[in-house]
Amino acid sequence: MSEPLQKMEAASKLLELKHIDLSFGGVKAISNISFDVLEGEVRAIIGPNGAGKSSLLNVINGFYHPQQGEIWFDGKQRHSMKPYQIAYQGISRTFQNIALFKGMSVLDNIMTGRFTHMHKNMLWQALWKGPAEQEEIENREFVEHIIDFLEIQAIRKTPVGRLPYGLQKRVELGRALAAQPKMLLLDEPMAGMNVEEKEDMCRFILDVNDTFGTTIVLIEHDMGVVMDIADRVVVLDYGRKIGDGTPDVVRNDQTVIDAYLGVSH
Amino acid sequence: MFYRESGDFKKTYQKDSQTFPIKFDRWRYYFVMLVAFVVVPMFLTDYIANAVMIPFLVWAIAALGLNILVGYTGQLSLGTGGFMAVGAYATYKLMTAFPGMDMVSVILLSGLITAVVGALFGLPSLRIKGFYLAVATLAAQFFLVWLLNKVPWFYNYSASGQISAPQREMFGVIITGPHATPVAGYLFCLGFAVGLAWIARNLTRGRLGRSWMAIRDMDIAAEIIGVNPLTAKLSAFAVSSFFVGISGSLFFSVYLGAAEVTEAFGISVSFSVLFMIIIGGLGSIFGSFIGAAFMVLMPVLLKNVLVGAMGWPTDLAAHFEYIIVGGLILIFLIIEPHGLAQMARVLKEKLRLWPFPH
Ligand SMILES: Nc1ncnc2c1ncn2[C@@H]1O[C@H](COP(=O)(O)OP(=O)(O)OP(=O)(O)O)[C@@H](O)[C@H]1O
Ligand SMILES: [Mg+2]
Repeated sequence: MSEPLQKMEAASKLLELKHIDLSFGGVKAISNISFDVLEGEVRAIIGPNGAGKSSLLNVINGFYHPQQGEIWFDGKQRHSMKPYQIAYQGISRTFQNIALFKGMSVLDNIMTGRFTHMHKNMLWQALWKGPAEQEEIENREFVEHIIDFLEIQAIRKTPVGRLPYGLQKRVELGRALAAQPKMLLLDEPMAGMNVEEKEDMCRFILDVNDTFGTTIVLIEHDMGVVMDIADRVVVLDYGRKIGDGTPDVVRNDQTVIDAYLGVSH
Repeated sequence: MFYRESGDFKKTYQKDSQTFPIKFDRWRYYFVMLVAFVVVPMFLTDYIANAVMIPFLVWAIAALGLNILVGYTGQLSLGTGGFMAVGAYATYKLMTAFPGMDMVSVILLSGLITAVVGALFGLPSLRIKGFYLAVATLAAQFFLVWLLNKVPWFYNYSASGQISAPQREMFGVIITGPHATPVAGYLFCLGFAVGLAWIARNLTRGRLGRSWMAIRDMDIAAEIIGVNPLTAKLSAFAVSSFFVGISGSLFFSVYLGAAEVTEAFGISVSFSVLFMIIIGGLGSIFGSFIGAAFMVLMPVLLKNVLVGAMGWPTDLAAHFEYIIVGGLILIFLIIEPHGLAQMARVLKEKLRLWPFPH
């Protein structure tokens, strides 16, 4: 356990949420939540259905605007921003319900993930030959590395709609990785997968974290997985934070156990 | 056995993203270009040029434009007729105000003017989608036609309310006006059609095209990877209108010669271009061409067969045409929403493996 602790002491805060409040009409989805994410760690968010986990990710990548609270990313306080601007800051994500571009091939989906790294204007693109093609090739090379990394070479040209669920999740991870994010948000990346697919996905997530040093925030229901791969865990229930710490600490916390066993409900 | 991709391996990413990855397709493309630019003009009669080839090319350009908006970006538009009218009237104003300007510049400028107008009328797409957007573009259609009809400045206060194209030459050959050579008009339109198809292909295979398709397929996911919906949608409206404007410009100056806005650019034009891309194939450049060919050729064929060979009255044959188009649209929407282009693709995939399907 000493290794992850050392990793944390050395690292600085990449993201910090302070006293976030979010409600939809009368429904309070998130109340007064504060937590931080350190550079290079794997941070898990867990909690029962409807606890506000996905809403929290939506706050982080700018889909929802909290009524109260501050968001600090990379040392700067964030003022109201659009999701596409946040992508340029280095945050990318996957969705709980797969949100791939159904009409496009695997390759095009992942190439689209390179959007923030491509800059040639419309006129160059209309010409194709020259700078635009050059840029396209450079980015294609990067995308091919991701395709190799995720072991999906064989389905490169397949329209994503034709792929089985588990592979679609993998392609969505590839699209998020293509952006070379500082921080990667994963909303239930292993939901609906069989044991083997889950193991693969765990391996990919840990590899990304190790090799690229990407900070990862993930929502996951499978406690076994969370205990295995997370450095620290935030526990939510009814929009409140009821636990925060290393997997061991959280697992033995009475409030957390009660929430999961349904005692307090 | 001739249609093969085996043994035709791509060793660079450049080769992998070329337009015609299979050698046979590439040669066929060069062959088609040779036929279109050299062989056809040698045998082209004035009737075929005016009744078939020029309208085919003009409509193909309009279909390309609408396909960028509807097929690639997923923004339904019923304003095509209105935007073609903008291109046509811009051409008329430019030709009459600057008689010395060469025709290529006139037509490109008309396209640019239409692009600006198109982007303006694309603004509602930032707020509304689908059916409601279609209604908003329908409003644009009626507004533009009304405006061009109501303000006499647009038709230079001519008594008839018509605009007519003055005579212009290119390389010493007359291409517009009553004394134009149909073959020259054909080559002029062909140049634009090929150039614009090439641009459409380049834009749709690159960063911009992927941002359009991303907005079409899943707009929230597009946003989280950095696509600004405003830029993507407005650029689609602008590029689409550029194409449609050029189509309107050629339709007026080379094909019609003279036009009256309500007659030439009414709502039926918007629908017929929409039908072209549905029949040809949404999100397909090739499909835009076959859709246009289909809609231009079918009436000519029907007229020759029904009126010419079977002796039907002309109006009955015309009604019959509506029935056929309507039926086909239904069939395509139900059986093959990706149109003739997709049918060709499926056939090609079968052919690649033929005669051993496994
Ligand atoms: N756009 C929205 N409009 C209204 N209510 C919403 C919206 N998004 C979330 N909520 C509400 O906020 C609460 C938290 O939802 P959220 O999706 O964040 O839960 P979750 O923890 O991700 O649950 P699950 O495990 O089922 O994915 C729920 O009560 C939900 O109904
Ligand atoms: Mg959720």
